[in-house]
Amino acid sequence: MAKEKVITSKDVHLYYGDFEALKGIDLDFNKNEITALIGPSGCGKSTYLRTLNRMNDLIPGVKITGDIRLRGQDIYASQQDVVQLRKQVGMVFQQPNPFPFSIYDNVVYGLRLAGVKDRSVLDEAVETSLKQAAIWDEVKDKLHDSALSLSGGQQQRVVIGRVLAVQPEVILMDEPTSALDPISSTQIENMLLELRGQYTIILVTHNMHQASRISDRTAFFLQGRLIEFADTKKIFLDPTEQETSDYISGRFG
Amino acid sequence: MSAKSIDKLMTGMLYLIAGVIVLLLAGLLGYILVQGLPHVSWHFLTSPAKSFEAGGGIGIQLFNSFYLLVLSMLISVPLALGAGIYLAEYAKKNWVTDVVRTAIEILSSLPSVVVGLFGFLVFVLQFKFGFSILSGALALTMFNLPLLTRNVEDSLRQVGFTQREAGLALGLSRWETVVHVVIPEALPGILTGMILGAGRVFGEAAALIYTAGQSAPALNFGDWNPLHIASPLNPFRPAETLAVHIWKINSEGIQPDAAAVSAGASAVLIIAVLAFNLLARWGGNRLYKRMTAG
Repeated sequence: MAKEKVITSKDVHLYYGDFEALKGIDLDFNKNEITALIGPSGCGKSTYLRTLNRMNDLIPGVKITGDIRLRGQDIYASQQDVVQLRKQVGMVFQQPNPFPFSIYDNVVYGLRLAGVKDRSVLDEAVETSLKQAAIWDEVKDKLHDSALSLSGGQQQRVVIGRVLAVQPEVILMDEPTSALDPISSTQIENMLLELRGQYTIILVTHNMHQASRISDRTAFFLQGRLIEFADTKKIFLDPTEQETSDYISGRFG
Repeated sequence: MSAKSIDKLMTGMLYLIAGVIVLLLAGLLGYILVQGLPHVSWHFLTSPAKSFEAGGGIGIQLFNSFYLLVLSMLISVPLALGAGIYLAEYAKKNWVTDVVRTAIEILSSLPSVVVGLFGFLVFVLQFKFGFSILSGALALTMFNLPLLTRNVEDSLRQVGFTQREAGLALGLSRWETVVHVVIPEALPGILTGMILGAGRVFGEAAALIYTAGQSAPALNFGDWNPLHIASPLNPFRPAETLAVHIWKINSEGIQPDAAAVSAGASAVLIIAVLAFNLLARWGGNRLYKRMTAG
């Protein structure tokens, strides 16, 4: 049985001025799976990730062609509400970027701005999201302390909780553990494994081990092209392309 | 000489220079306070000035200074916020915004006496506001606006791009990101700049001599209808401020106790400006703590 596809993209090209950073990417993402995007620095995997919630719109001089659809809706259509899109497609960045407010306020930020005022609803959202983000036990007694007082790994989990609180359909993660120590990274990987099956997660990572451990499918990018896309097991154990095999065995990149 | 002894010598030099500067400033402040404070009393702070005899106070001037300050901040703060937010968050980099920025730079270094003459020609004569609080407040706005705008823009720019990304990625619109993420983070800096600007405005004399005027007509502090001529709130009455008063007494004062009044007024002015500075630091820190810990 074919799995339900949440995001489909066809022939995605992206130009920074004259430079073609993405050279025709075709990639689909299955519902409630973790898809890893791997490849050497500058291969376009982060750039591609950012086309999925239109974060590249912020950069002047960027031109995007092709067809990207979320549940069949063209997200680059002129009537697409970008703000609405980003509520459906949340994002976690490389550097933990909590707002300089309390942990509680960070998590309910999206909800409050969406007009939720009921204290009990907010309280419950905080508890649920922080539990899902595997940080509840560490912060439940200091929810009103500044989020900046936490360690980097804790901050990143609070940020993930903040994204979960607005209940997106898809979560984009741009190297979410590369600024963290190994223990924090493992905690976040375990948390992502817990979230698998509930959320569609697209994860850019430099860490082969991370990709092979937690993702269902893996896409290998090289110089703006998608070289290979298959089940993670196949990519790591029996890649079809020579370049993929060279990269995952550490011969370059 | 060896590198080590040169290092010692230079360190000593820097200490010496820093010490001289501190001594100079402390001496200046101390002199003004020691000379002036003995003349400051409740009577001095509340009674009207006298032109020919001794025993005049600075009550009306003090009130005028505060009223003018409030009025000019009421005009300039919203404008500076709007312009600063536009420049930091929305303006594209092109020749128009370059011209705006250059204009702000030039305006911020404009001598205040030139601002005063501009205000005299435009507000006092052209708009027929006369020598009035309104003319003075508008001139002070011209004087203050460039620095305030720069301060707002700089404070907003200090907020990292990752914070904006975080807001936008969370599904906030650009405006929501600016209002709910960027401005709260920049608020302590903005507030500090505003209070320091207030201190600068409070001590300003040259821009006011030809706009708010050099006379302080008697006020009826029982009448708060802004339309009455003797009302303290009337924006169309001439209003000599504390700083202008000090300048006037020293240049043409004929009161027998002119020197004492001038010294006392100076001390009051310095204390007020000092209070603004301390308030800026205290308020900024406190606000930052409050904002960051919810």
